[in-house]
Amino acid sequence: MKREPVIKVRDLVVGFGDQVVLDHLSLDVWEGEILGVVGGSGAGKSVLLRTIIGLLPKRHGTIEILGVDLQKASEAERRALERRWGILFQQGALFSSLTVRENVQFPMRENLDLSPRLMDEMALAKLQMVGLTPEDLNKYPAELSGGMTKRVALARALALDPEIVFLDEPTSGLDPISAGDFDELIRTLQQTLGLTVFMVTHDLESLYTACDRVAALADGKVVVEGPLEVMLECEHPWVKEYFQGKRGGLLADRRVIA
Amino acid sequence: MGDVLLTSKLKGERLELAASGAWTAAHARELESLIDNVSSEAAHAKNVSIDMRGVSEFDTFGAWLLERLTRAWSAAGREAKIIGLPQHDRGLLKEMHGVNLESARAPVRENRIIAALVSVGQAGAGVGRDLMQFADMLGSVGVAAVRVLMRPRDFRFTSTINQLDRVAWQAVPIILLITFLIGGIIAQQGIFHFRKFGAELYAVDLVGILILREIGVLIVAIMVAGRSGSSYTAELGSMKMREEIDALRTMGFDPVEVLILPRILVLVIALPVLTFLGCMAALYGGGLVAWFYGGMSPDIYIARLTEAISITHFKVGMWKAPFMGLVIGIVACAEGLQVKGSAESLGLKTTASVVKSIFLVIVLDGLFAIFFASIGM
Repeated sequence: MKREPVIKVRDLVVGFGDQVVLDHLSLDVWEGEILGVVGGSGAGKSVLLRTIIGLLPKRHGTIEILGVDLQKASEAERRALERRWGILFQQGALFSSLTVRENVQFPMRENLDLSPRLMDEMALAKLQMVGLTPEDLNKYPAELSGGMTKRVALARALALDPEIVFLDEPTSGLDPISAGDFDELIRTLQQTLGLTVFMVTHDLESLYTACDRVAALADGKVVVEGPLEVMLECEHPWVKEYFQGKRGGLLADRRVIA
Repeated sequence: MGDVLLTSKLKGERLELAASGAWTAAHARELESLIDNVSSEAAHAKNVSIDMRGVSEFDTFGAWLLERLTRAWSAAGREAKIIGLPQHDRGLLKEMHGVNLESARAPVRENRIIAALVSVGQAGAGVGRDLMQFADMLGSVGVAAVRVLMRPRDFRFTSTINQLDRVAWQAVPIILLITFLIGGIIAQQGIFHFRKFGAELYAVDLVGILILREIGVLIVAIMVAGRSGSSYTAELGSMKMREEIDALRTMGFDPVEVLILPRILVLVIALPVLTFLGCMAALYGGGLVAWFYGGMSPDIYIARLTEAISITHFKVGMWKAPFMGLVIGIVACAEGLQVKGSAESLGLKTTASVVKSIFLVIVLDGLFAIFFASIGM
């Protein structure tokens, strides 16, 4: 069976002023996989994510998501597409003047026609799926811890049952245990909901536990993509340093033992 | 909607439901009412079977509605059975078993009269709290000022100059323009009304005394409260939100000394300067109107002005200015530090800062009027 990629990026160029951040980059994301995008600080991981979802303008190239080219799409097509993806921003980006419940209900309220009872139940259901309790419902974002903020943001990203979820450094700023839980959560949700996940990350552990495939970004291009084994064999200096350096090596060893 | 989502058949005590189509978020409302109808119609049925084979799409919304149906039947002591759910959707349904087991506590509805009384009480307490905050900030600034006087090298000179540029220098054009216009308007009104009694010359007394004593300093203070007080509150508030103030404190700096003292000092310096410039612009504007509208030559205007006003009027206005600057600064900084985590509270506090400082400036002006009257100035 020939599969069509869910996200198809071709020959993408993005830059600011004189600086070219992404230089003729091409990338495919397949249905139902978790793709981890790694790269050094400033390599353009977040820029890639923000360009794909249309927050940054591109200079050249095409981006197709679920078969729709955002640039050519009409306003209605764009809105329809935006309902089919969910985004977890790095800082959570929860609406600070709304409670946790209202944050999760916000996309439902705007896009769906639901009874208040069902909306309350769905909000709680989504929050419980990401591991929060009914006590947290009426809290404001300022009262949440870092891990809880990320969980609420994930629940909001999942509010409309999207097909694709974009995660921008989901585990940054979490302690290793919370980060591990979060990876597992993403894995479980991906399996039960059949999500495609595009994850920008720094966290080696996330790559090992959560991702099906990894794409390494360096010099504005995807230098290597594939499962972890391919990463470990790659000869590109940055990729080598990253996966076989002190910290990467430690995890790789552990993986071999396991 | 064209597709049928749920059909029911009653066989004796057994209700047979056949689901079909897309059980997804987009059809959730329809589905919910269908399920409610079926449940109420078949109130006497003993058991129910739900055939999910016809379902083409299934998401968490569909899964929850299915779970809710089976849960309601089981809770009533009746049997509910789901058949033909595809393997890959079972995980989703299983996930739904664990949610919504305890309903969220609904917020308690209060009695309206009690709620009204509570809000009145809270408003009263709020006024008290505001006064305390004002006194607290005044005290902290005083302490910081004394500390800086004892160790002048700790004084934030660069920051002060920077603020002075923003608060005083950059405010000059707009202050000059506004006071110039106000001076002209007062002169025009004075001439227009005094002309009826043939006492046009007294319009100059009106312009001179009113501007130097009251209007000049008030207009400038209100302008500065709106322009710089609001920006102080927003700056400090967003620093508070981003934990910059906590960071300063943990590094052993006193935020009052580093951030607030220079700002308030700048206001205390800037307000008299701006008031002076504003008064001059207003007298100039009054003079121009007197010349072109009242036909009073500049020589006569100046001659009349020197007769009408004394240095006392000027002193009264200038004495008030630094105190008004202090009040604006204290209110703006105190409100800034009250900002909580949300964007909404930043907006609320910035509004409160401007409203309160303008109110206090006017109250202060009244108190000064009583004071100067009793010492005969």
